Amino acid sequence: MRAQTMAYFDQLIPSGMVMAKEAKEQGRNVVGYYCVFSPIELIEAAGAVPVGLCATKQEPIAEAEKVLPRNLCPLVKSSYGFAVSGKCPFFHFADIVLAETTCDGKKKMYELLAEHKPMIVLDIPNSSNLEDRQAHWVKQIYRAKDYFEKNLDVKISKEKLAEVIRAYNEERKLLMELVSLNKLHPTPISGTDLLKVLWGRSFQFKRDEYTAKVKELIAELKEMTAKGEGASTSQPSSKRILITGCPTGTGQEKVMQVIEEAGGAIVLQESCSGIKGLVDLVSEEMDPFEALAEKYSKIPCSCSSPNTGRFELLSRLVQEYKVDGVVDITLQACHTYNIESYSIKEHLKKNHNIPLLQIETDYSDADRQQIKLRVDAFLEML
Amino acid sequence: MKWTVGIDIGSVSTKAVLFNGEQVDSKIIPTGWSPSQAGQEVLERLLKPQGLTRDDISLLVGTGYGRIQQGMFDKTFSEITCHARGVHYLLPEACGLIDIGGQDSKVIGFGEKGKVEDFVLNDKCAAGTGRFLQVTAQTLGLEVSQLSALAEDADPADINSMCAVFAESEIIGLLAQGITVESIVAGLLKSIAKRISVMAGKIHFQDTVAFCGGVAQNQVLKDLLSQEIGCRLAVPPSPQAVGALGAAILGYEL
Repeated sequence: MRAQTMAYFDQLIPSGMVMAKEAKEQGRNVVGYYCVFSPIELIEAAGAVPVGLCATKQEPIAEAEKVLPRNLCPLVKSSYGFAVSGKCPFFHFADIVLAETTCDGKKKMYELLAEHKPMIVLDIPNSSNLEDRQAHWVKQIYRAKDYFEKNLDVKISKEKLAEVIRAYNEERKLLMELVSLNKLHPTPISGTDLLKVLWGRSFQFKRDEYTAKVKELIAELKEMTAKGEGASTSQPSSKRILITGCPTGTGQEKVMQVIEEAGGAIVLQESCSGIKGLVDLVSEEMDPFEALAEKYSKIPCSCSSPNTGRFELLSRLVQEYKVDGVVDITLQACHTYNIESYSIKEHLKKNHNIPLLQIETDYSDADRQQIKLRVDAFLEML
Repeated sequence: MKWTVGIDIGSVSTKAVLFNGEQVDSKIIPTGWSPSQAGQEVLERLLKPQGLTRDDISLLVGTGYGRIQQGMFDKTFSEITCHARGVHYLLPEACGLIDIGGQDSKVIGFGEKGKVEDFVLNDKCAAGTGRFLQVTAQTLGLEVSQLSALAEDADPADINSMCAVFAESEIIGLLAQGITVESIVAGLLKSIAKRISVMAGKIHFQDTVAFCGGVAQNQVLKDLLSQEIGCRLAVPPSPQAVGALGAAILGYEL
């Protein structure tokens, strides 16, 4: 069955659109962001509302292709198309966009997007073992601080930032508590519903209401599991699937839907649209600016080389969540995740005897049947 | 007596196998425009000569892209699982299979009892499929069944396009240069063998690999492919019906 509290999360993004408008009408500053590398605590400490920007639907891609090349990752094209076509209300109401130099597609796209909105692009080093990586990140955090202070006409104090860090840590802990309910079998919450809650986190304007609803959801799911009930997509015989790879946000859940329709139970997403940014907290002991640098520099994205953190995280998750098989979703033209897929497959096979299915796809629905064949065969072989 | 039937509704042809512990009979018909009609028809053609009806069949198992026909089957399996099971039954020594079908190609590695361990399917295009051969044969005014005999002693021309549409233009260019049809056909087969060997490289084959699908009847392609992947290729009897046979066996074992 499905938890009733999910009705709130179904409406989260649509109602966020209205609230973005209201926030502007009330004279509040809004800062948009795209990526899990964005130190969003800094935005809130600047008295602004951090909000995710649209990037996960097929619809605006045709518009983007008037400017961007066709053989580019759909996420980059969708981000740009949404922004320039005016179809993303969050972009429309944002005063500033906080961006980062992650993959090549994104950083070149940001050059074009900067013509449409004031933007700060944090410089993220590609080498994960760069000697002065922490110092470099601290500089970037201060660059963002200075930019917000100047452009939003505010002061960001250490005390305020420390307070926001604590609040966001509490939110992360709460979301991980929700995710960890899926250690149970059958899983109490479907992969697509879990995505809705985690993805929705970037589009909510009332943090207290959101966290209260997450608590309510946890309580409801606990009641369900006490009665031995699982999510409608999860049966005792269901194979337990972990999703990794490129972000899979709301609007591009195709692969996850196919898996769940075929009877697979999606336990969790390791991807940045899942728990990648939630598992580690920001230190509350360190200087808050340095603590932000430390936390965000360690996010195990395939843009970093080598990306050992992802291998370690996956090793931990497949054991803790008793995973039967891993599905790696690669968006077309995402070179870093595409190449890394081979190493992840070998790693999981060698160390955990867990098979990996790589699905390379885009946002269109054209390949649904081909994906279904691969998923059916994969579930049958587990 | 327990009877099961496996039906593999593919993009080009629909295959059915009757099984009772052994393969009793098989039928192959063109799929046409209606996969569900083809499924019904092939079943009728399979059962009638045996004096059997649908009620005598304890399990009707569907596979192939047409397996999603609502209400027709008692159980469905993906063609990957079915092909592996069917091949293992016919060629117990095989450690995997290559299937070149009408709209996709599969390379499957399996272990004991034909249980799938890993698989690779070609991407969303005609490269390395039966359709590639069909389209390119058409350009030359030939039938797919003629290709093997033509290519037998020819020196393969260099054909680089994996895309069926681009290969067509490439062929027209080669014809203009005066390259023989025989060389072009041999070149086409070689290009398919190369494409499939890249897929096979992702599965670590040991020795004998089964070669299935309608294209497996092409001896030249079989030899080229065997050279490219460095394994012995064995073609099972009626290579087109392997998926249907696997479906029937999986049903029988349930």
